[in-house]
Amino acid sequence: MLEVKNLSKTFSPGTVNEVRALQGVDFTLAEGGFSAIIGTNGSGKSTVLNAIAGTFQPDEGRIILDGIDITRWPEFKRAALIGRVFQNPFAGTAAEMSIAENIVMAMKRGRRRGLGWAVDRNTREEIGARVRALKMGLEDRLDNPIGTLSGGQRQALTLLMATWLRPRILLLDEHTAALDPKSAAKVAELTSEIIARDKLTALMVTHSMQQAVAMPERIIMMHRGKIVEDYHGEMKRRVRIPDLVETFNRVTKRDLFSESAAVMLMGQYR
Amino acid sequence: MSLVLGAFTMGLILALLSLGMLISFRMIRFTDISVDGTITLGSSVTAVCLASGMDPWPAVLLATAAGCAAGAVTGILHTRFHIQELLSGILVMTALYSINLRIMGRSNIPLLDVPKVADGAEGLVAILAGAGGKIDLLGWPVPIADVAAFVSSLLICVASALLLRYFLLTHLGTALRAAGNNPQMARAQGFNHQAAVVFGLALANGLVALAGSLLAQYQGFSDVQMGIGMMVWGLASIIIGEALVRHNGIGLMICGTILGTILFRLLIAIALRWGLNPNDLKLVTAVFVFLALIAPALGGRIKARLRQGDSHAGS
Repeated sequence: MLEVKNLSKTFSPGTVNEVRALQGVDFTLAEGGFSAIIGTNGSGKSTVLNAIAGTFQPDEGRIILDGIDITRWPEFKRAALIGRVFQNPFAGTAAEMSIAENIVMAMKRGRRRGLGWAVDRNTREEIGARVRALKMGLEDRLDNPIGTLSGGQRQALTLLMATWLRPRILLLDEHTAALDPKSAAKVAELTSEIIARDKLTALMVTHSMQQAVAMPERIIMMHRGKIVEDYHGEMKRRVRIPDLVETFNRVTKRDLFSESAAVMLMGQYR
Repeated sequence: MSLVLGAFTMGLILALLSLGMLISFRMIRFTDISVDGTITLGSSVTAVCLASGMDPWPAVLLATAAGCAAGAVTGILHTRFHIQELLSGILVMTALYSINLRIMGRSNIPLLDVPKVADGAEGLVAILAGAGGKIDLLGWPVPIADVAAFVSSLLICVASALLLRYFLLTHLGTALRAAGNNPQMARAQGFNHQAAVVFGLALANGLVALAGSLLAQYQGFSDVQMGIGMMVWGLASIIIGEALVRHNGIGLMICGTILGTILFRLLIAIALRWGLNPNDLKLVTAVFVFLALIAPALGGRIKARLRQGDSHAGS
């Protein structure tokens, strides 16, 4: 279970570039739930994910994962509990190292790395079996540098690596956005499959409303660093793309007014 | 023949420097300038230890440990205090100049009548050679001491290379390489990228100081100026090595670096024999590294030009 409490972050405070990226974001993800965050550019959806992953320290608020307060943990320490897939298909793997070596890194995520051979025969067989299950024909290329693979193949392997050891939470940062449509569909299908099979708690940031409607059980909509809508349960099952678009239009229309006027008039647009 | 043997011995000793730089420059991708200082640190520590009557092997170990410490300082300056890579290296290198003078107490210590690591090999070679003080190598008589220096350098270099290959293929070594290749990925897999930089630089400079230690014993002196330009020599050797083997696995990269260093020393020996002014050596090396660095781009442009030429010819 993930609890995000009153999270706030302002980048470059006191300068012309000041960005109030998060303004009191509050939500709880239930154990084993798959949720998505959607929102416009600059709404803070990726910032929430990065705050949980630990790429920066929030100004205020707490992040509690399975009862452990990880707010002040450095990024690499949190990785023991968190699996991540990035938007950039090249970010999650070390290009010049082989498929097997990359996966070995994931097999030791958050564990002690000693002076044993990294890729011994047993490990190779274990890796081969799970890579074969991806059905991408990569099991014969375990010793090839991962940089020789396509973006879709690398993203599928990153997903495999993120979930090799069961993470307490899986963070997906628009992980299909940079792929061609066919690879994107394949990676999305694989994502749903793994999350359902391992009953993972997962949080996905996405641009695609179609994905948000089809894949997760809950949709959190963000705008200007705040949560503006939270579809879950029966409400989420009924929601369709036009409903999301309508909500988007409503919250962006609010921007036409000053912030204080928007708060005053909000009732009329609901 | 003595010249060739000398170039090989020198190449094997400096191969340790190149292997150290292979870790810093190629594995963790840290442009570590402090190399010029740490190789002298290795030779200074060794010279003082040997001159005060210490056994050669403990002296070598102490020199290596000093190199590790210096490398760790460079890493800590960069990771903990957020000083740029180059500046961290320059700070440590500058500080080491004074430290080396302090260690030696003067700018030069001769090492003529002290025990050295090559002594063990010398006894062995003397038994093989029998009486006479010279050994026959492919028809040329070579002094036993030269052969012994070559044999001991070869053994130390091969042992270090094997250990390094083993380490880089362990879980820890793999994580170290991943941290250099993609720091974001290493962090996401729970590996502390900053610790990797400190540890990698310690390892790299330990090897560099080891090279300095053996160099002092082989040359028979330690001098506070001897490190100048060593980094560029090491880089040139790595580049030659990469041209020999390309990027093909850890074992080949290590072999390539060693062969590259030896080849580089041979080229230098030949150039000096042909009358190259030793004072110009560093300029020539710098130009060589410059050419090697721009070669890929230059090659591409020439290829493009040729292709253009083809299309003209076709039309």
